[in-house]
Amino acid sequence: MTGTEKTGLAVGAAIFLAAAFVPLLSGGYGLSLAVTVVMYAVLTTSWTLFSGPTHYISLATAAFFGLGMYTVAALIDVFPYPVLLVMATAVGAVLAALIGLATLRLSGVYFVIFTLGLAEMVRQLVTWVQTTMGTSSGLVVLTGIDEPMIYWQLLALAAAVYLASWRIGRSRLGFALRIIGGDEVVARHSGINTAHAKIALFVISGSVAALTGAILAPRWTYVEPVIAFSPMLSFLVVIMALLGGVHRLWGPLLGVIPFTFLWDLVTATFPNQTALMLGLCFLLIVYIIPNGFAGLIENLIRRRPLLAG
Amino acid sequence: MGKAGRPTRNPALDGGEGAAAFLHASTKRERLMKTRSYVTAALAGLLAGALSIGVAQAQKTVKIGASAPKTGPLAVGASITHWPNVKLWVETVNARGGLKLKDGQRKIELIEYDDRTTPGEAIKNVTRLATQDKADFILAPYGTGFNLATAAIFAKFGYPMVTSTSITDKQEELVKRYPGIFFTLGSTSAFSEGVADVLKKMRGEGKIGKRVAMVNVADAFGIELANAARPVFKKAGFEIVYDKSYPLGTQDLSPVIRGAKAAKPDAFVAWSYPPDTFGLTAQAKVQGLDTKAFYTAVATAFPAFVGKFGAAAEGILGGGGIYVESPEMKAYFEAHKKITGKSPDYWASPVVYATYQVLEQAIEGVGELDRKKVTEYIKKNKFKTVVGEMDLSTGISNKFWTVGQWQGGKFHGVNSLNIPGAKPVMEKPAWK
Repeated sequence: MTGTEKTGLAVGAAIFLAAAFVPLLSGGYGLSLAVTVVMYAVLTTSWTLFSGPTHYISLATAAFFGLGMYTVAALIDVFPYPVLLVMATAVGAVLAALIGLATLRLSGVYFVIFTLGLAEMVRQLVTWVQTTMGTSSGLVVLTGIDEPMIYWQLLALAAAVYLASWRIGRSRLGFALRIIGGDEVVARHSGINTAHAKIALFVISGSVAALTGAILAPRWTYVEPVIAFSPMLSFLVVIMALLGGVHRLWGPLLGVIPFTFLWDLVTATFPNQTALMLGLCFLLIVYIIPNGFAGLIENLIRRRPLLAG
Repeated sequence: MGKAGRPTRNPALDGGEGAAAFLHASTKRERLMKTRSYVTAALAGLLAGALSIGVAQAQKTVKIGASAPKTGPLAVGASITHWPNVKLWVETVNARGGLKLKDGQRKIELIEYDDRTTPGEAIKNVTRLATQDKADFILAPYGTGFNLATAAIFAKFGYPMVTSTSITDKQEELVKRYPGIFFTLGSTSAFSEGVADVLKKMRGEGKIGKRVAMVNVADAFGIELANAARPVFKKAGFEIVYDKSYPLGTQDLSPVIRGAKAAKPDAFVAWSYPPDTFGLTAQAKVQGLDTKAFYTAVATAFPAFVGKFGAAAEGILGGGGIYVESPEMKAYFEAHKKITGKSPDYWASPVVYATYQVLEQAIEGVGELDRKKVTEYIKKNKFKTVVGEMDLSTGISNKFWTVGQWQGGKFHGVNSLNIPGAKPVMEKPAWK
């Protein structure tokens, strides 16, 4: 471990420690904002873990997220909550593995479209199961789990995701993925089992998203297919990750934080023109910072002109 | 923040000019400069909008918070049933000088947010209303899921929550869990029982036989209603000759109707959502599925339904209904049309408004803005509303309409729980 890495790790640990005190400082609005930030931080970082190096844009986040949420909602009366978290993670992993085996041979726009359709397919499947099983649908999750507990769970998950991503980035697997992202043919010719590498990362990414959904189920209380599998979630994750920058581990976080606050300001100030204002903000962002905040900061550090691109 | 009707600058216009100028700029450098300056202007506009919130309110007001979808899948429903009522209520109360409190009258200041049909956002909005805006009272959101998601937040900060568009069979459990929550629109089992009652009555009068064709949309409410209906119909002596579900968002509903027609039913029942309510009715008309009893669940009560089908809507049964003839209801329809420019629906709209009347009367009854006292007042008193007297002592109102029917261009309640004034059910004439 080099000196800079040690400092990075220490800074990261300090930030997480400080973040853990948020519920003690603000029980209300601050906390509900913090939950949103950490939720998207987890989702974008795990998304970047796979899509960052490989350049495979996945729009399947909502499929995993919704499935995790449904696992908890459907079985909350049967199993204790911690068991359900494990089950949700496993369900996410299995789905990701199946999808990976079937589709990671696709590339470019075909993969994007497939993953977008996936969320819809899973939603229909869940609905079909609900209909045929005749369960009382419109699932209600009533637990004693309150907002601070959900926040801490998400924060712990975020810490785990960061550590895992950092480890993977330094491992042979991470190296292999970067080569795949550069040129898949070259990667294959250098003896890398590209399919295995891609599936492994997709599984991690998918199970994290499923676990996030599972953790949030008690907060949402009422789980419906339309809302749990909302395609908007998948898009937001991609947008936030790109805003932050996907070539650095801490990049997505730089997108999530300003985005959440900006959107919040927009909703509060222009309740009737949210979509319009948001579109405008996007335009500005793309014009000013095409490489994401991470790229912007790195440019600043290297003292290159701000708008060189 | 975000008061209704506050004039704001629209920085989008600045951005628009910026884009036009951008296209005309010639060199790269010039373009960059221009981009920068217009970006700055647009950002300044945004900031100015944000800062102008701080303008002090000269008069003391009662702050009422509202969060419901303005965008996303539920936005259309909310724009018919929810938001117009918010506007109507605030304007009506303010027009009479405001809420009467012990220390004088105070006007309502409305703070509204868009939850974008996302539960996380709804939770955040309600928390913001309670802790940042320090709203005195908060109106219940739109839709079952959003009422349930935010119930914990209402309870945490001690706000009374008089819900309307929230139908679930978990109501009793929720009332025990959250002491400030109230339900007013009924439960799923009551709805299917209502339909069974109407069909039974028609069979008793010799208008229909025993054969029922039943379809449902494969989504939360549709599945729940269908599951509740099966045993109820059997118990009432009906034979379900066709029982099929279709996925939410199905465009082509002709196979569903063809199948139902082939089963030669005496009655057709669809536990449907707004788009398929329209789709099924249109298909049934095209294919000539002529049953003397024809029922579609949600959205049959929308004014757009009779708007689309005109005379063909005559005799169609649907979820909800109201007592059209009551003077309060007539006045409500008139005011709704005048202030919001559109008609309310014939089911949930008046109930949404009634929940605001409950809040209004409770606040005035207490005479101060003490939320605990207002909650207690709601439990201990009866309220005069547009849908009649409302009693919320148990947390759940046991007076609501379950089935309505289009008769003469109006959607009359034909079956209810404990409400007088039901119109007799008529046979549906053949399609026109």
